[in-house]
Amino acid sequence: MIAEFGHYALVLAFALALVQASVPLAGARKNDPVLMAVAGPTALAQFCFIAFAFAALIICYVRSDFSVLNVFENSHSAKPLVYKLTGVWGNHEGSMLLWVFILSIFGALVALFGANLPARLKANVLAVQSSIAAAFLLFILITSNPFLRIPEAPFEGRDLNPVLQDPGLAIHPPLLYVGYVGLSISFSFAIAALIDGRIDAAWARWVRPWTLLAWIFLTLGIAMGSYWAYYTLGWGGWWFWDPVENASLVPWLAATALLHSALVMEKRDALKVWTILLALLTFSFSLIGTFLVRSGVLTSVHAFANDPTRGVFILGILALFIGGSLALFALRAPMLKQGGLFAPVSREGALVLNNLFLVSACATVFIGTVYPLALEALTGDKISVGAPFFNATFAPLFIPLLVVVPFGPLLAWKRGDLLGVAQRLVGAAAVAVIAVAVVFAMEGGGPILVPFAIGLALYVMAGALTEIVERTGLLRVPLATAFARAEGLPRSAWGAAFAHFGLGITLLGVIGETQWSLERIAELRPGQSISIRRYDLQFDGMATRQGPNYRDLAAHFTVRRHGDIVGVMEPAKRNFPSRATATSQTALMTRGVSQLYLSLGDANPDGSLAVRLYYKPLVLLIWFGALVMAIGGVLSLSDRRLRVGAPKPARSKAALSPAE
Amino acid sequence: MRRLLIVALLTLLAVPTAIAVEPDEIISDPALESRARALSKELRCMVCQNQSIDDSDAPLAHDLRVLVRERLQAGESDQQVIDFLVARYGEFVLLRPRFSWHTALLWFGPATILIIGAFGVLVLARRYRATRAAEQETLTAAEADRLSDILRGGRQ
Repeated sequence: MIAEFGHYALVLAFALALVQASVPLAGARKNDPVLMAVAGPTALAQFCFIAFAFAALIICYVRSDFSVLNVFENSHSAKPLVYKLTGVWGNHEGSMLLWVFILSIFGALVALFGANLPARLKANVLAVQSSIAAAFLLFILITSNPFLRIPEAPFEGRDLNPVLQDPGLAIHPPLLYVGYVGLSISFSFAIAALIDGRIDAAWARWVRPWTLLAWIFLTLGIAMGSYWAYYTLGWGGWWFWDPVENASLVPWLAATALLHSALVMEKRDALKVWTILLALLTFSFSLIGTFLVRSGVLTSVHAFANDPTRGVFILGILALFIGGSLALFALRAPMLKQGGLFAPVSREGALVLNNLFLVSACATVFIGTVYPLALEALTGDKISVGAPFFNATFAPLFIPLLVVVPFGPLLAWKRGDLLGVAQRLVGAAAVAVIAVAVVFAMEGGGPILVPFAIGLALYVMAGALTEIVERTGLLRVPLATAFARAEGLPRSAWGAAFAHFGLGITLLGVIGETQWSLERIAELRPGQSISIRRYDLQFDGMATRQGPNYRDLAAHFTVRRHGDIVGVMEPAKRNFPSRATATSQTALMTRGVSQLYLSLGDANPDGSLAVRLYYKPLVLLIWFGALVMAIGGVLSLSDRRLRVGAPKPARSKAALSPAE
Repeated sequence: MRRLLIVALLTLLAVPTAIAVEPDEIISDPALESRARALSKELRCMVCQNQSIDDSDAPLAHDLRVLVRERLQAGESDQQVIDFLVARYGEFVLLRPRFSWHTALLWFGPATILIIGAFGVLVLARRYRATRAAEQETLTAAEADRLSDILRGGRQ
């Protein structure tokens, strides 16, 4: 019965979503407080019903109720409990349910914490939010019902795809979805502002923290997915410019631009119309990402044409929300008051440049992703757009951005002093020049771009620290004073420094991995060894291990550095009898921020084994940098002015402390 | 979910879990081998989802890697190898599409957007200058003196 209850809860949630999408909107039009007040409780009730449905599906999975089609297709009674749980969203229907569940969480959060919002704005926001929920709930009920039953229940399920039986599945999709769906809040706020035809102060205060929250999760989700692919796929790549990845990178780039333009709007009341447009576009890209991944259009345009129900439905949702929002924007934007002006050389100016490059980069990835699909649909010509295209077009747009990054936080608002800032960045530039020289000397004849790229990464990192060093007076005043000042610095300043520093770290990792990776491909017999950089790996032999629902055939390698044993690596082939498939388990050995990476090929009848071994220098910095960026986001989110309702200038504690 | 789809497809396609470049494919001439590797990164494994033949462990990718090496060993240039593969499999095999009328929008798209954006920024900058010029006109010398008096008075 629990599946039927879950299904029914979804139907009720859909009905509530329709009420929430219409009644508060009418209330806001008529200025009727009673009708507007409907929004809050319905948002909470909608959340409760969707949560109930989600819990119902989880229960079906935990109980291995194979009379439910979705459970039968994606689960197995012998599967470990954690993968029974994560298997809930390891398939189309369940992941869509997770999507609307997270959407309803955000709706409920606005209802709970929106007490200080003007009533009309709150009613409009919740109504728009609910219209998105209604569209996707209808999509689930009509095309992707996870609660369908099988008349005669089978004894055993088909099991979850073995590649998905990984801790990555527990973390990656929920993080990514919170990011994707969180962007709906700034979308709803933008639509609400357009409906009302005005942007009030509350709007500006609300958009940035919500975008920031979504951005933090999106950053972590993408990084986590990248690391998962890196250790799962077995050839050491961490970013493939795959359409599925691009579908998450595009909203991330747009959200990063939105964060920065919202800053201008919040502080200086400028760029308001642009920020609204960007908020609309950012969530639109999220929706397009959902369409690309969920419609099957990526696998092949023909597969999409053969079974178009889901794809056409999502395409309809896209047309409604993207087309509708852009039409509303075109209609209402001229009515909105343009904000304040600023000199081209100013913090605002730097942030405009940031937006210019980020949006261009975002457009590049977007065009490259959808172009082959559009071309095939329109002309029938099949082309491929892959990594070589993106590397050739994305990098030229990102490099100027990286040069500008350290200038932004150092320039004054309204009118800045470019020469003065350049002088303050001399230290960072010096770090970069030394790095270029050192790397150049070490490389001795490698690609000339590598030392410059390393220099650029270090310049971004040193530039990020410059503001903190200056404002705390580090190196100039006693350490205690500097610490006291550091404590008093607004959290948002720390946030920006961390985020930009993290960007530099990631860049360093990317360069190290792409330029200095070493690769060895060999066939080994037991007792033979293979060496890479200063490491020797000796193949000792094979052994089998029994897991809960799989059997590992593991190769045992002893790793030596200069003759001393530093550890063992055990890459394996993992056989899943339930699906008669095998996965390859790579072995990783972390040395500092670099890694040894070993994956298995085929075992030959003569007892030899094909292996692929990499030495990946600095590779961990790629994800570590993303983590530092996300920490920057959290610091910025904890800033006083975002926690307190009104944007008051943060009074630094240091200014009041006797140490000053 | 994004990545799960590729991952799922990859497993389906790569039933025998081999590694991409296999030891017996590698040719002894290191210069030719590195050319073959570079070429492989530009060529698509047509039965895979957006994978180069260098990354893929599908049987077709193996055949193509061997083919590329055979033609290089026969003395063909990189361009000749690419032309041969395009003639055989169509432009779909190239991960970096050729520039032509039907890819013009793809190749010029990013630059176009950057230029349009830069134009928008210029308009913004001009508007600022125009407004500033207008503001300066409205304040006479006497008014400016009075204003500075007031400001100084306010400080004391």
